[in-house]
Amino acid sequence: MECVFGMVGKGFALVVADTSAVNSILVHKSNEDKIMVLDSHKLMGASGEAGDRAQFTEYVQKNVALYHFRNGIPLTTKAAANFMRGELATALRKNPYMVNIVLAGYEKETGPSLYFIDYIATLHKVEKAAFGYGSYFSLAMMDRHYHPDMTVEEAIELAEKCIEEIRSRLVVAPQNFVIKIVDKDGAREHSWRRTTKD
Amino acid sequence: MSIFEYNGSALVAMVGKNCFAIASDRRLGVQLQTIATDFQRIFKMHDKLFLGLSGLGSDAQTLYQRLMSRHKLYQLREERVMKPETFASLVSAILYEKRFGPYFCQPVIAGLGDDDKPFICTMDSIGAKELAKDFVVAGTASESLYGACESMFKPDMEHEELFETISQALLSSVDRDCLSGWGGHVYIVTPSEVTERILKGRMD
Repeated sequence: MECVFGMVGKGFALVVADTSAVNSILVHKSNEDKIMVLDSHKLMGASGEAGDRAQFTEYVQKNVALYHFRNGIPLTTKAAANFMRGELATALRKNPYMVNIVLAGYEKETGPSLYFIDYIATLHKVEKAAFGYGSYFSLAMMDRHYHPDMTVEEAIELAEKCIEEIRSRLVVAPQNFVIKIVDKDGAREHSWRRTTKD
Repeated sequence: MSIFEYNGSALVAMVGKNCFAIASDRRLGVQLQTIATDFQRIFKMHDKLFLGLSGLGSDAQTLYQRLMSRHKLYQLREERVMKPETFASLVSAILYEKRFGPYFCQPVIAGLGDDDKPFICTMDSIGAKELAKDFVVAGTASESLYGACESMFKPDMEHEELFETISQALLSSVDRDCLSGWGGHVYIVTPSEVTERILKGRMD
């Protein structure tokens, strides 16, 4: 029951993910970080098959770094999103990556942006995105309370509302969530919302 | 559910008097869930050639990128843009290349050919061309669209009347299809200009 969701605010983008690593009925750990920091100003929240998730996110992270080394400038968020889509699309008919991605990034020229990338390699630039069973609750909450140009406090409040909804309404709700933010000062971890210690 | 109905789509193109119109819905869904209401399905290849891609969103994006790349190479080599008939043959060939592992897309091609004569065609996912003189439809709402277009279409409409007709046909058809809708995107192309309009229909 993996939950990943994200939204764009005024000058920042937020990604929230659950932190449980589950194998059928067993919770291996509840502090698994599913939001990878791709580079200084990009966050990639991924949900799906555990092995594919770790493999694909690391592959993208290393390729983004390679581009930076080779060309001296970092990829834009749009370019990184399209690169990911290309990799997913190429692998789709051979050995698909079962990973759904929410990519958040910040550029000085274009500001914050959020991309929805499906495991079938459907790419779309959005203001709010969510994956998993939790998406039924978080998207509904965001549809009701989201408005463009929210402040960080408002966005965190909305994220908390979504987490609360997932906790109370999803039958096997994850225990802990991590919130990461990307703005002009870079991509970083914002806070955790725990119900169990690990 | 069929893979063609995974994302939901509705596309229609109509011929008018020295002009054509191409319209699509705006919903991007993942089966029953709506992800976005501003998804682009119609792409401009050049000022007088538009391509609409219905079906699986991912394959539509891949196919668009491949075709754009082929068209740009053609433009560099031939020093002119592609005629709609040529482009339709190119799309058909590219789709048939994948005969035993196809792209899950149904393209709708609309353009102004020699002497600005309107040209429209559609094809199935393996490239079987269907040329028409009046209108072509594609997507999950195609059956409703056939009915709506058949009853509303008149030959030789001017561009304002063509816009009204295609908009009404699109909106009434997507209202009967749960997987498509959330507004419409209409392009009216005459020899001198391209007009792009967004329709607001039932947002559900």
